[in-house]
Amino acid sequence: MAERTLRGKTAIAGIGETTYYKHGQSPDSEFKLALQAIVRACDDAGISPHDIDGFASYGNDRSEAGRLAAALGIKELKFSNMFWGGGGGGVCGAVGNASAAVATGMADCVVAFRSLAQGQYARYGRGTGAPLVAGDDSFIIPYGVMSPAQRFAMKVTRFMHNHGIEQEALRAIPIACYHHAQTNPAAVMRGRTLDEAKYDASRWIVEPFFHLYDCCQENDGAAAVIVVPADRAKDTQHKPSYVLACGQGSDHRSAAPVHNMPNYQSSHFAKLAPRLYDMAKLGPADMGIVQCYENFTGGVLMSLVEHGLVKAEEANEFLVPKNLLAPSGKMPLNTSGGNLAECYMHGLELVIESVRQIRGTAINQVPRNDAAIIMGGPMVTPVSSLILGSEATL
Amino acid sequence: MSTYYLPEGLPQPSSAPDGLSEPYWQGTRQNKLMIQKCRGCQSWQWGPEWICHRCHSFDVVWEEIEGKGQIYSYERPHHPVHSALAGHGPYIAVLVELPAYGNVRMLGNLLGDPRQEVPIGGKVEAVFEHHDTATPPFTLVHWKLV
Repeated sequence: MAERTLRGKTAIAGIGETTYYKHGQSPDSEFKLALQAIVRACDDAGISPHDIDGFASYGNDRSEAGRLAAALGIKELKFSNMFWGGGGGGVCGAVGNASAAVATGMADCVVAFRSLAQGQYARYGRGTGAPLVAGDDSFIIPYGVMSPAQRFAMKVTRFMHNHGIEQEALRAIPIACYHHAQTNPAAVMRGRTLDEAKYDASRWIVEPFFHLYDCCQENDGAAAVIVVPADRAKDTQHKPSYVLACGQGSDHRSAAPVHNMPNYQSSHFAKLAPRLYDMAKLGPADMGIVQCYENFTGGVLMSLVEHGLVKAEEANEFLVPKNLLAPSGKMPLNTSGGNLAECYMHGLELVIESVRQIRGTAINQVPRNDAAIIMGGPMVTPVSSLILGSEATL
Repeated sequence: MSTYYLPEGLPQPSSAPDGLSEPYWQGTRQNKLMIQKCRGCQSWQWGPEWICHRCHSFDVVWEEIEGKGQIYSYERPHHPVHSALAGHGPYIAVLVELPAYGNVRMLGNLLGDPRQEVPIGGKVEAVFEHHDTATPPFTLVHWKLV
């Protein structure tokens, strides 16, 4: 029986992004933003939007596949797919699902996208306005544990406690992201620098580890990538970014109610990461491009550890700004600014940045650009990660 | 002046629409802490499920437990994310592990000074906070260091 794998069967042939806005500042509706990103991705791939035949998204995206297909005049819709889970845990999974559809012949040209105008709908960082809460929420929200920062902070507290990791290790993450954003014209935080003193002086969102700068932005925008068969990608105008592996899912009972998941101090990648590397036939040391979804810096830390990119016992020494900066750091991280400083495009901006890095067209280009790892939505359930590679990795 | 740990006006717990957690909330009204026990494999389970995740028995019953445990983790939110918390200042939420009951965890507020140091591993016991004038009345379960 042939090996069952996604490795090398599909590639990202096009990338598209709208202007990124602070929440509430987009002049365009969320659905129009989705259309703009998809049309730009098609243009980048050199294909007509009429030739898209599938859509994959996540985070309960409101721009439904059927509506998009109608608005874009898609000739025939062959694949529509939503990754379960409310956060950004599905960002890499959406690309993986698009790839699975293409690799198995269900569809030929699938867009993985996210459109999100928090200014036009509910903001993630606000608590519910409902008078009554049920299910898991009934056991946490009446105690003031409402927003994502509050829901995840205790996982981070325990992880830091177990491993003796200090605040400074988290501080290096936004400093690297803000540094990279300063050269990125698309970054919402371009022109707003961050140094250690400013971080230390920033207000608490949730003690003991989440300062303001440990928490992501809230933005309006949309982003899209075009997934096609590998052989077709060779004929497009840009160097293909091959999908080498995608992993999605969660650990044993990681959605157990009232914070009863057995592996509590976790970003939920512990079981997934080995599967991901197995499929890619690559390991952590091969990843010259490292992009990690920052909902909160504590989630980044746990993701890096669970993907074998940083050892927990070395986190205090390794997670310093100079190691995380492009081009010369040991592990340049979130080289376009990420969710913290480019745009909270629910992590899809990290996939797009990885494609630019593999093409060699990134603003903060890293020298080792053959393989990229993207880690999506730490601490939510399910989560997902992705490994992309240049032709040299095949 | 409210005697509650957090200001009034936060969302209230409800067992609707499926009633799964109803015995828990009924218990709190009578100062009883109830969690699930599986009659199939005798293991404790929390939070509530319709089935035992270990042996898949649907014969999962509610038993009263002693509200004693130790702090597994904590947080001190400062930024108010609900209008009822505007201007209130920081408060403490703790995750409490109950070693006598299969290390199930419960979440509540830690009574006392909201700026106190919180010892991970510190021994705590449950305190029932009755909201008798709410519609409908309900009871929250907090924790205090012992």
